[in-house]
Amino acid sequence: MKSQQKEKESLFSPRYRKLISNPLSLENPITVQVLGICSALAVTTKLKPAFVMALSVTVVVALANVVISLLRNGIPSRIRIIVQLTVVAALVILVDQVLKAFVYDVSKQLSVFVGLIITNCILMGRLEAFAMANKPWPAFLDGIGNGLGYSWILIALGFFRELFGNGTLWGYRIIPQSFYEAGYFNNGLLILPPAALILVGTIIWIQRSRNKNLIEEY
Amino acid sequence: MQESINIFVKSIFIDNMIFAYFLGMCSYLAVSKSVKTAVGLGIAVIFVQVITVPVNYLLNKYMLTPGALTWISPRLADVDLNFLSFIMFIAVIASMVQLVEMIIEKFSPALYNSLGIFLPLIAVNCAILGGSLFMQEWEFENFGQTVAFGLGSGTGWALAIIAIAAIREKIRYSDIPKPLRGLGISFILTGLMAIAFMSFLGIKI
Repeated sequence: MKSQQKEKESLFSPRYRKLISNPLSLENPITVQVLGICSALAVTTKLKPAFVMALSVTVVVALANVVISLLRNGIPSRIRIIVQLTVVAALVILVDQVLKAFVYDVSKQLSVFVGLIITNCILMGRLEAFAMANKPWPAFLDGIGNGLGYSWILIALGFFRELFGNGTLWGYRIIPQSFYEAGYFNNGLLILPPAALILVGTIIWIQRSRNKNLIEEY
Repeated sequence: MQESINIFVKSIFIDNMIFAYFLGMCSYLAVSKSVKTAVGLGIAVIFVQVITVPVNYLLNKYMLTPGALTWISPRLADVDLNFLSFIMFIAVIASMVQLVEMIIEKFSPALYNSLGIFLPLIAVNCAILGGSLFMQEWEFENFGQTVAFGLGSGTGWALAIIAIAAIREKIRYSDIPKPLRGLGISFILTGLMAIAFMSFLGIKI
């Protein structure tokens, strides 16, 4: 009993809060760590799939971080990648079944990209860099933080691509019919794959011109 | 045979893993600073893709699809193991990568040294798992077609990473706005290359 009375760090101490706030900007998984790009680009033509995808990835990262962090002392380092992949694959199967049961149309739109959460680099990156060396609670916060950092980029991309590419948001018409009659056109390029890459490039440009520390050599 | 060649060409140019589906973007951006390493990684990806897609096809056909287990006993006709496909595919990929690594280390130490750390990284390359999942979704008819698809999608990926590596080597001498250097301009370049690759879309094979 004595050991439990040891001075405990409170659950939301400044150090822990940093775990959530850092990945939102300074250590953003997409724009700074370059993790998890594949899905960020492919599922963001509409806001709704982008949101569902962001939510699924956040849940999987947080839970996988906790599980691996609990197991971290029992995993032999030679086979750790296979162990990590198995844990993640099991969680993704759960998410996939839930999506199929409750939002079938979105699950069809996401098609293979739900399965590809398994090889989403955010997961392997965070498991390797953080969960293997930390206790479950900070690992959970780190997972939530990185999931949110990933989410806001996805949602921003989905917002711009659906609004300017389709004139709708979440499936509802935003740009009124009178605009079209006055000669406004949807920007068809934004729905196509290349536009996502150029938008992410622009987000990186804006972020780095505001924060000079992130600028690369060449 | 004709159909297999069509699938091969189609998966290189029209359904290019990078420019049409953005699969394997992480290593595509991280390992494309010099042409030499890009070539090495490209070859390794083709190699693994050619093996894993057909193996996963057999696994899918004889184990996972509904009614696939009838070759064991007719009583298993209504067993549907499809929900296991993610975990089976990733297990096959991870073990194949391990196997390929050991084989290359044994028979060609020179190639092994030049590929170095990239080999284990292939296990978490989305393009590999993506190839297997597309194989499941597009329902190829026979074994030969899946080999053609594996070869084609691997080659398409290798082509893309070698192209961007060559551009990035040259672009070092250009005067790019400072915040855009490195990652930012690579994204925009890939976008422009993807627009160029879209011109293949109109081709009917």
